[in-house]
Amino acid sequence: MRTPFIIRFLNATPRAGWIALGVFAALTLVVMPALHLLLPESSPFHVSTYVITLSGKIMCYAIVAVAMDLIWGYAGILSLGHGLFFALGGYAFGMYLMREIGTDGSYQSHLPDFMVFLDWKELPWYWAGSDSMLWAILLVLTVPALVAYIFGYFAFRSRIKGVYFSIITQAMTFAAMLFFFRNETGFGGNNGFTDFKRILGHDITSPEMRATLFALSALALMLTLLAGRYLVTSKFGRVLTAIRDAESRVMFIGYNPLHYKLFIWTFSAMLCAIAGALYVPQVGIINPGEMSPANSIEIAIWVAVGGRGTLIGPVIGAGLVNLFKSYFTVAFPEYWLFFLGALFVGVTLWLPEGVTGLWKRLKARRTA
Amino acid sequence: MTEITHTMTRYLLSLLLCLFAVPAFAALDPALVRQLADEDSDIKIAAIQQFGASADPEAGRLLKAMADDELLVGDDTVFRFDGEQARDAASGALIEPVPEAYESITVNNRIRAALSNALAALKLFDADRGVRLTAAKELQSNAGLEVAPILARAMDKESDSEIQALLRQAHALANLGNPDAAARLAAVDVLSDSASAATRGLLLPLLETANEPDATVRAAAAQAVKEIESRLAIGETLAKMFTGISLGSILLLAALGLAITYGVMGVINMAHGELLMVGAYATFFVQTLFRAWLPDYLDWYLLAAVPVAFFAAALVGMLLERTVIRRLYGRPLETLLATWGLSLVLIQAARVLFGAQNVEVANPVWMSGGVEIMAGLVLPWNRIVIVGFTLFVLALMWVLMQKTRLGLFVRAVTQNRPMAGCVGVPTGRVDTLAFGLGAGIAGLGGVALSQITNVGPDMGQGYIVDSFLVVVLGGVGQLAGAVWAALGLGIVTKFLEGWWGAVIAKIVVLVIVIIFIQKRPQGLFALKGRFVEN
Repeated sequence: MRTPFIIRFLNATPRAGWIALGVFAALTLVVMPALHLLLPESSPFHVSTYVITLSGKIMCYAIVAVAMDLIWGYAGILSLGHGLFFALGGYAFGMYLMREIGTDGSYQSHLPDFMVFLDWKELPWYWAGSDSMLWAILLVLTVPALVAYIFGYFAFRSRIKGVYFSIITQAMTFAAMLFFFRNETGFGGNNGFTDFKRILGHDITSPEMRATLFALSALALMLTLLAGRYLVTSKFGRVLTAIRDAESRVMFIGYNPLHYKLFIWTFSAMLCAIAGALYVPQVGIINPGEMSPANSIEIAIWVAVGGRGTLIGPVIGAGLVNLFKSYFTVAFPEYWLFFLGALFVGVTLWLPEGVTGLWKRLKARRTA
Repeated sequence: MTEITHTMTRYLLSLLLCLFAVPAFAALDPALVRQLADEDSDIKIAAIQQFGASADPEAGRLLKAMADDELLVGDDTVFRFDGEQARDAASGALIEPVPEAYESITVNNRIRAALSNALAALKLFDADRGVRLTAAKELQSNAGLEVAPILARAMDKESDSEIQALLRQAHALANLGNPDAAARLAAVDVLSDSASAATRGLLLPLLETANEPDATVRAAAAQAVKEIESRLAIGETLAKMFTGISLGSILLLAALGLAITYGVMGVINMAHGELLMVGAYATFFVQTLFRAWLPDYLDWYLLAAVPVAFFAAALVGMLLERTVIRRLYGRPLETLLATWGLSLVLIQAARVLFGAQNVEVANPVWMSGGVEIMAGLVLPWNRIVIVGFTLFVLALMWVLMQKTRLGLFVRAVTQNRPMAGCVGVPTGRVDTLAFGLGAGIAGLGGVALSQITNVGPDMGQGYIVDSFLVVVLGGVGQLAGAVWAALGLGIVTKFLEGWWGAVIAKIVVLVIVIIFIQKRPQGLFALKGRFVEN
């Protein structure tokens, strides 16, 4: 008899993992929101809005990094277009946020400001239903996944792989960026969506809302990690790694790599979209710049820094790089690109397995 | 009848006046001059047209003054100021005292049109060929029936064939309003040789019975419109082809270097766009040097910039290869990330060295302007030069790859590295030199780009996706494939732009390329034989 799903799911993560997750959950779901909401600002233990927003943002990035790692680290497919799915998720939720502004925009119209500016009289058809949160969530879950599915189907069916795949995914996000830059596309052109006011009627800048979004991001990250863990330890995950290491052999044994690749690719895009949807209300803006090829390739470096082929690596990588980024871009804005560039070069040359690989090597040396 | 009596009286009157006035120099008909100040616009225009037909330079000056609102009327005299003094417009005699009250002659739009026609007609008889040519061009769009006789006269006198052709055209245009059907038919016949949209616009009304009573003329006009339209379409297509070829040659320049580093060596160099930038900044640097030290030869700085840019970019390229890329051979995805990092470093270095703003690289004088191939088809010189330059770079590359020892080594190493090493090819050094060659050619692309786009730290980023598409579309390892892919992409983009605008065209091209790569992952020109699967 097959082991029930729930048992397999629980067994996928080792005991230490569950303990770490428990600690993380307690910290992000209880302690930090409580310290943010309950303590006065003067208290030394007060967690400031800046910290909450920054860590919320980084957790969204971490979800993207894990998604990237699932496709790159485990399936060996380097996507340079994951920024597109992230941005699409953000736009899908952004549409709802724009509608929630109601008539509080600068033109006091029930239409979003940029549409008034374009002299549009009514919402375009694809904005139908955007005033409902449920519909927005549905869009977040389906649209980027659908785009990924269609793109992936054609790409994997013709067995495009390696650098070719990377370059056409880059072209894909570049084309999408150009498309969203147009005002006529109906997504605010250059400026994208911003000036959000509320979610479900609650003020989006209130401490309670910030804490909620923060906790939701943490929850999404934990679920992503658990699901990822389950996937890569399952039989599916093993076939996936086999495809990464020797695709032809897997085919000769009788597996069709198309479905494996397609599933993990679509799943990864969906995770990115969820991260994007959580990210937008926290930073308060989404514009086509998020789809620029540079953004997508930066995701790859988070994963590379943390360590490919592990699930905790991308989380560490995303955290480290983005903490450095928020420090550097304020302290030495001139040198951030030098640093980032050196990171790309240094990690690929000297740290092919990232920080987690380094940790493992050090540990192995000590025990030896 | 009244017309004749009118002229007669005017003639007599002018005779009489001539007797009384004492002309200081070659004088104009005072009665006609007075007519210019008449209340009635029609009379004014009649006078203007008479002056226009007179072929008299003095009349030209008078009409010019009128067009500039410098012709004044006061005390029933038409005069203008010559410094402080007032002079009679007809005789040039001093008027003293200056009339107490005067005003400039009113020139409304109709009169202004008549004036400019008359002025142009007068210029047709100028001694200077250039002046005549401009005048003939000016009359191409708005010649009325009244200038037809002047044009006929000018045609008789004209010896220059280019001006002659223009005059014929203008004459025919003027005759479209001729009451005589035969004259109109002849005019339509002449105009059917034209290739301008304006002429088509003038012929279109003749297709309707209300405007053109004569059926033969109507039929001829319909035929002429059709001929002009087909000629226009050809011109437009040729123009698009040319802009497409010029875009293609730019893409090719950007991609050629990549065709060596990626296509031949298999190195994914995401910093390729930044090597273009190095070339462009080298051009800027040479220009600055020329400004400071050799201002007399500033127009030729571009020639000096070509080798400088080549070696600057080649040097940077070899440095990158020696320090980073060399350690990553055979790991394409890692190479991709590392070279992306290098590109970030190079961009920031350019920002620190030259500032974040775009720098100004001027077109030399000999690259401005253009040649007119046919009516409505002007090819700008800078584009022509770039197409020529691309051919030069292609030839250079072909010679380097096919006729030199280095080229032989590069080809040997890419085909079979261990075997090449066995027979004594220093494979490591060949890699460095080949990468340097690719980088140097990117530098040459940068020189060309500096002439048509902004030179700034980010300029390379926009070309990286395009360049890869060219190489991938052409087929990896295929220099000839890159040429066809670049030209094809350029021409297709320009035609799509004509239909849908620039952004949609770009997106459609990207989508087409993506679909194409799915269908033929090996590119337009697939390698055959044993290299295929690697």
